Amino acid sequence: MKYETIIGLEVHAQMLTATKIFCGCPTAFGAGPNTQTCPVCIGMPGVLPVLNRKALEFAIRTGLATHCRISPYSRFARKNYFYPDLPKGYQISQYELPICEDGHVKIIADGKSRRIGITRIHMEEDAGKNIHEGAGNYSFVDLNRAGVPLMEIVSEPDIRSPLEAVEYMKKLRAILRYLGVCDGNMEQGSLRCDANISLRPAGQKELGVKAEIKNINSFRFVEKALDYEIKRQIKVLDSGGRILQETRLWDSARGITESMRGKEEAHDYRYFPEPDLVPITVNQQWIEEIRSALPELPDVKRARFVSFYGLSEYDTDFLISEKPLADLFEETVKLGGQPKAVSNLITGDLLRLLNAENKSIEECPLKPKQLVGILNLIENKIISWTMAKTVLDEMYRTTAENIGIAKLELPALEITADAIVKEKGLVQISDTGEIEKAVDDVIAKNPKEAERFKSGEEKLIGFFVGQVMKLMKGKANPQMVNDLLRKKLSSQP
Amino acid sequence: MHEACTLTITELKDLLDRKEISVPDIVASVYRRIDTVEDRVRAFVTLTREKAMETAQKAQDAIQSGALNSKQLTGIPLAIKDNMCTKGIPTTCASKILHTFVPPYESTATSRLAGEGYILIGKTNMDEFAMGSSTENSGLHVTKNPWDPERIPGGSSGGSAAAVAADECIAALGSDTGGSIRQPAALCGVVGMKPTYGRVSRYGLVAFASSLDQIGPITKNVRDSAVLMNIISGHDPCDSTSAPVPVPDFTAVLGKDIRGMKIGIPEEYFIDGMDREVEEAVREAVKQLESLGAVPVKVSLPHTGYAVATYYVLAMSEASSNLARYDGVKYGLRSEGKDLMEMYMNTRAEGFGAEVKRRIMLGTYALSSGYYDAYYRKAQQVRTRIKDDFGAVFRDVDAIVTPTTPTAAFRIGEKTSDPLQMYLSDIFTISVNLAGVPAISIPCGFTSDNLPVGLQFIGKHFDEESIIKLAFAYEQSTVWHRRKPSL
Ligand SMILES: [Zn+2]
Repeated sequence: MKYETIIGLEVHAQMLTATKIFCGCPTAFGAGPNTQTCPVCIGMPGVLPVLNRKALEFAIRTGLATHCRISPYSRFARKNYFYPDLPKGYQISQYELPICEDGHVKIIADGKSRRIGITRIHMEEDAGKNIHEGAGNYSFVDLNRAGVPLMEIVSEPDIRSPLEAVEYMKKLRAILRYLGVCDGNMEQGSLRCDANISLRPAGQKELGVKAEIKNINSFRFVEKALDYEIKRQIKVLDSGGRILQETRLWDSARGITESMRGKEEAHDYRYFPEPDLVPITVNQQWIEEIRSALPELPDVKRARFVSFYGLSEYDTDFLISEKPLADLFEETVKLGGQPKAVSNLITGDLLRLLNAENKSIEECPLKPKQLVGILNLIENKIISWTMAKTVLDEMYRTTAENIGIAKLELPALEITADAIVKEKGLVQISDTGEIEKAVDDVIAKNPKEAERFKSGEEKLIGFFVGQVMKLMKGKANPQMVNDLLRKKLSSQP
Repeated sequence: MHEACTLTITELKDLLDRKEISVPDIVASVYRRIDTVEDRVRAFVTLTREKAMETAQKAQDAIQSGALNSKQLTGIPLAIKDNMCTKGIPTTCASKILHTFVPPYESTATSRLAGEGYILIGKTNMDEFAMGSSTENSGLHVTKNPWDPERIPGGSSGGSAAAVAADECIAALGSDTGGSIRQPAALCGVVGMKPTYGRVSRYGLVAFASSLDQIGPITKNVRDSAVLMNIISGHDPCDSTSAPVPVPDFTAVLGKDIRGMKIGIPEEYFIDGMDREVEEAVREAVKQLESLGAVPVKVSLPHTGYAVATYYVLAMSEASSNLARYDGVKYGLRSEGKDLMEMYMNTRAEGFGAEVKRRIMLGTYALSSGYYDAYYRKAQQVRTRIKDDFGAVFRDVDAIVTPTTPTAAFRIGEKTSDPLQMYLSDIFTISVNLAGVPAISIPCGFTSDNLPVGLQFIGKHFDEESIIKLAFAYEQSTVWHRRKPSL
């Protein structure tokens, strides 16, 4: 039988606030266990939560960027359950009245543009972490994460394939990062998702029974887990079986999903309005202030890059995937780089260098001015694209070193492409004989220009250098070419 | 001169200002009294004698060297209900599960008292986690009514009320969720005030039912109540439910004329089954108010009959959630178990008393997904009606006057086997918490058994001034507040 796949995602994004959602503890990752805690976030008797206004602002910013309606009146609820990493015995979350509702994002999958609905975005606090390694028959609890602010972005069941699910996740991640509300770091768990998936015979209206896959923490696993789950459900349905409504876990080592708990053990969370927090009322003026401070978002930037810079959609998608990447591109173009050339240099060679060191674009040591320097040399035919790679490598390495030295408060050196090419002798051909041959050839082929040079037209030296470089496919040492040309041109009768 | 322990805050401050008494003398007097009567009253769960004497000596030294500008509570010994967190001093909520708990932080209310120089005498007994109306549900021991040690002092702030009535402190703080300040104050013959919800910060008050709990003073007279209200009231950034509204000087209305003030007498508060002597005392008090110029008006609060049921659904629901944190993982009691679930269950089975368990179970049931609409949501709807009742009545009157309790103090053990009977002792106080309005209970007479009777004044939201004014005028025209139990 042919089935239609119905997928909905619940994406959890950790907000980039400096402090927790209901207290003043820091949210930084990687501190020693229980060092970032206080009576409020560890739920001591009698203490009370107070909402972090920045978290509210971040949720509203996200809602506006995804075309949601911002509720003028929302509130928190308690979700009650027992677990050692949940210090109060309940999680403070939004339930009946979330801060954002009814939005959407656009994705492109398999060349088709689709709109994925967003049911709601709500705020909640994270729980702590149970640690089972260590001495003896004990578990330990680290509450550093308890109270870290999260947004849960719940999609409509509009997703029809694992590929669309990944594109949706990628789009959300890009938006969150553009907004500066989440770092999108999936390895550290700043962004993770639960997927609801069901199948129904093609043409049927009612939804099938769904399974929920919990805590998927990479794009690759989203695709793999959903692929696996679709095949599993097809197998069950085709053999006349029934899908159980259950929660499943993705085992990335074995590449399968497995049942975590059946419906009969399902929690009754006993939600009710949180009496320790007053309902949230947001005034329209504040919403408009937040809206007017939104950055240009990926969809708009994409359209602008294609039409204004004349870039291909492929290159554009690459450049806009991260805001700092798009910014670096635009600044380099502003300094005189040709859009296509800038795009090639950044998306090709610069990212190769960053990836090799596992660095993000934010950590790139090179400045737009340095990149333009390389592109000018290429354009003036001083160096070839092949040589440009070497120059870029050298520039990247020495600049990074220099930044390291600058930290020691020594004066920083300005490392330019010219300097590298000229002073570091970064030429692949330094054979005097070969260069002399080319210089002779060029002079022989251009006697008129040689005459004009000798009669004082100094700037023609550039023409000769260019010709020699062209002849030698850009691989000659420009300093040597220059020296030899001057020597030969002036020594000729 | 009377023994210092028998005096009020105002009287002691006067003596201190005139240098006719020293702070160590006051504190010593209070502890002498405790040594004499405490084994019959049993109001305290923790005494902080050494620290108190030390603080007293320091205060006295500062006064003598002229370094101390006398603050409102300098040298005044107060008792604090043991559900308010006091830094470095055990805070048990009279529960086995918190028996070893010493908070590393201070509640806002007590820290405001500390800012005015009060001396902590000790932490007072209460019904476990403030659940009860007799202090018989304390997980530690039963407190006795100073007027008759065979009888209960009321609850849940029974320890605080008994300590004030027995002169074991000058005044005390209690907490009131459904009448837990006013009911024991009435039964012990002292003054108990529940401020408007949001008037006093709940930060550091161990929660029973968050949307109803409020801290308030228990004092020997209305003036002291106003003095303490001035100190503990006001917005607290640590409690987002505390209201950012200005705090008036509550002592400024003392002695003001009450002529022409309209007092609502709700017909629903004079019910069948209420004690005849209590009813007579209250009706007599209304006449007395009338003679002082107040104008009684018959009013109706039609949803009063639903208040007890509504209250218990909401309070138990919130309590079941608030008490989930006592699981043996982080602090307090931890019982052994072969796995996590068993550890949870053993800890809570051993740590909580019967009443607390009963309420947790009922609250869990009321919130569970199949019953939420029938119980919790319905109760919230009724709560809104009850609030609206008060709103409507307060368009016509300045305050409402009612009995505080349907009977005087009952005997220890008399109602423990019948929780529903026990719940009815809060029948006149509960609506006030549901509506969030302020109320004060003051003595208005005695039964033939020499047991105190309480009179309740209920005010509009954030209008404590009107009820303080009325209560003070009544108090000044009667002698009830001057009577002392013979211990
Ligand atoms: Zn904290």
